[in-house]
Amino acid sequence: MTQFSVPWKQSPPLEHRGPARGVVALARFVYSAAAPIVSRFPGLILTSAIVFSTLAVWIHWELFSYLETIAASDLNGTAKSIWGQSLTVGEIGAYLQSNSVAAGGVLKYLLWPLQMELFRDIVGLAAIFQLFNLIPVYAIWWERKVAGRIQSRMGPMRVGGWHGWAQSFADGVKLVAKEDLVPAQADGMLFKIAPYLAFVPSLLAFLCFPLGSYWVFRNVDVALIFIIAMVGIEVVGVIVAGWASNNKWSVYGAMREACQMVSYEIPMTTVLLVPIMTAGTLNMVQIGDAQSGGWFTWNAFHNPFTFIAFITYYIASLANCKRAPFDLPESESELVAGFHTEYSGFRWSLFFFAEYAAMFVVSGLAVTLFLGAWHTPLPSTWAFEETSLFKILLNGILFSSPFWFIFKCFIFIYIQLWIRWTLPRIRIDQVLYSCVQVMFPIACVALVGHAVWMVLLDGSMFSTLIRWVLGLIFAAVTFGFLSVAAFGYRNGRRMVGYLAVKQLPGS
Amino acid sequence: MTLRLNQLMVFATPIIIATLVVIAPVQAADTELPQSEQGLTLSDQGIQKSADGGMLEALMFYICAAVVLGSGLAICLSKNIVRMAVYLFGTLASVALMYFLLLANFIGVIQLIVYAGGTLILLIFGVMLTSKSPWAKFDVKRNEMIAAGVICALFAGMLLMVVVNAEWPLETDAVVVGSSMTQFGSALLTDYLVPFEAMSVLLLVVMIGAAYMARQE
Amino acid sequence: MFEIGLTHYLVVATLLFVMGIYVMMTKRNAIGILIGVEMVLNGANINLVAFNRYNGMSGIDGQITSLFVIVLAAAEAALAVAICMNFYKNLNTVDVDHGDTLAG
Repeated sequence: MTQFSVPWKQSPPLEHRGPARGVVALARFVYSAAAPIVSRFPGLILTSAIVFSTLAVWIHWELFSYLETIAASDLNGTAKSIWGQSLTVGEIGAYLQSNSVAAGGVLKYLLWPLQMELFRDIVGLAAIFQLFNLIPVYAIWWERKVAGRIQSRMGPMRVGGWHGWAQSFADGVKLVAKEDLVPAQADGMLFKIAPYLAFVPSLLAFLCFPLGSYWVFRNVDVALIFIIAMVGIEVVGVIVAGWASNNKWSVYGAMREACQMVSYEIPMTTVLLVPIMTAGTLNMVQIGDAQSGGWFTWNAFHNPFTFIAFITYYIASLANCKRAPFDLPESESELVAGFHTEYSGFRWSLFFFAEYAAMFVVSGLAVTLFLGAWHTPLPSTWAFEETSLFKILLNGILFSSPFWFIFKCFIFIYIQLWIRWTLPRIRIDQVLYSCVQVMFPIACVALVGHAVWMVLLDGSMFSTLIRWVLGLIFAAVTFGFLSVAAFGYRNGRRMVGYLAVKQLPGS
Repeated sequence: MTLRLNQLMVFATPIIIATLVVIAPVQAADTELPQSEQGLTLSDQGIQKSADGGMLEALMFYICAAVVLGSGLAICLSKNIVRMAVYLFGTLASVALMYFLLLANFIGVIQLIVYAGGTLILLIFGVMLTSKSPWAKFDVKRNEMIAAGVICALFAGMLLMVVVNAEWPLETDAVVVGSSMTQFGSALLTDYLVPFEAMSVLLLVVMIGAAYMARQE
Repeated sequence: MFEIGLTHYLVVATLLFVMGIYVMMTKRNAIGILIGVEMVLNGANINLVAFNRYNGMSGIDGQITSLFVIVLAAAEAALAVAICMNFYKNLNTVDVDHGDTLAG
């Protein structure tokens, strides 16, 4: 190996001390064992992953329908929570046997650990943590694919075989293995804890997030404010990171982030009062359950003001999770990535996890509060009677709440990506102008207008008519969007050529 | 490459913190839920006494108290103003956890959103705008520190003596059912209407005043 | 020991309160003093909520009072930061010992 002589001090060779040595050895072993298999059968692995996760969802669905039964048939006729109560094996077995779906003795003992509250909590926390890990990983992969397609290229194609689906995992391995630099002039302690200050709140937001009527870890009565608070607290980590880096660009990024977040929380929270007023509660599960009757009962189509509130919320949420065109804190071209200029390796990836999880959280808020939460566009009364296994399975697919929730959230994440790779970034004074002088008045008008509507017109014929009209407009827009997408998919290359020739200057 | 154990501990850290938040007794749902298609609800009704005799609650309380007092002490001893603000974040967050333990969910989240999400950011922003170098140190004179410490220790001793020895007329065993949210709403618009309106006027005045003071000449 | 009562919370609140007073007394940075004020208000708030909890929770007077305290603290912080910035603009420092131009 050639030794280069360089004028600066060379860093010492890699060495791992203490417990890290074992971890590295384990990682190497796993990599060397898995690499040949993964590179040889990528498609098989992806297919089986999809099949197994579908199966897991189905099993979960079944499990929850059992738990539902337990809750329904409480002796005193009151609804009984499975979370936070003690059950005995006898109770579980009795309920299973009373259920119409055959429940064998083995199943009873498989469910045995569920009687312990601590066990249920651990299972729930592990599931949430997995969700929190997987969503950013796939959002990042998807962002790269979408960016590539928008720029007429393919995006990641290699790792994993089918369209580079394992690219983010490979990136994760790379990031964990990278050197973790702390600048010499930085405030070491703050520099080190700042990524965690950004990461932990966005994880905590998932605790109260309902993915379905029963798919909620803690059904808190103030869940909505809790989630908004968590999204807002995330900014503390960003500011501290920018400050501790002791870098001009980072401090600029941090200050932009601070003033942007503090100002955009006002219109965002104001428009969130609109669905709260409609549902009359801050409990996310109750807000979601109130929208179960098909797409025209969703909160966004309640009246014109809620529709305005929905759009305003979506724009404000873009600014709140620092996506383009409001991505001033981390603008690559002016501030060289802003607050995380000095970060590398694992701490840098923590910022990315926090950012993409925040994207999911704000999209999830939009979906839960305005667009029917975890319900299908179909009324939930259309679900089949669960008489046979096939119908249960069909229900599980068509009316599966986590599936619909995550699907809708990813549509919103897709729109965020689309906006990011289409619109230019705006200036900081334009950001604040649009907040204070445009969004905030609109939010106030929506709030007051909705309150007046609720008092004067709610439940009247006219209100129903308006709701149907808005619902149909939304359906038409969705249909039009899908048709344009389908047309573009069919005529992709020709369309790109046409646009490029016709729209470019000088043509 | 520094793949150290504490980096891997990041996977444990959020779980630990999450557990802390989660174990705090959670109360829910004051009204009947809208009956969903299954005709049942799984929300936590009221407050359940945990089966372990309050052991978990005690553990939670001691952890919270340790964080509150530890970060408070760090604020007292720290010289760097930005670090002080970050320690203040620890204090505020664990005070919010204490509110959850005290079954005041709404106050807890308001503490998080207003204090940690608003006031603290304002403070850090003020620090950024008013310090020329990142290391704005304002040294404390030794005799000042000693005098302040003695006064505060005496004051703390006096207060602690009162607090520990006093007999409070308490009803600890009351059963609590239902949420405080509806109570909050009705109380703010009936019994506390005048303070509530006064508060809104105050906020308006503060907004105008702050804008006036921070204006460009 | 494992039965958490009112006194436990009151002790924590007292200590936080006194620490806040110490911070207010010793720090020279105006924003440091503001941090001390926030600590004092938090200590007082713990008292209010704890009394509310251990008084049978028959009402929510304590919680509402602490809500008002939080709102007041936010308003006070906004004004105080604006004052600090003016102070900095005029005197080019935030050391409160230099704010004696009116002392004659």
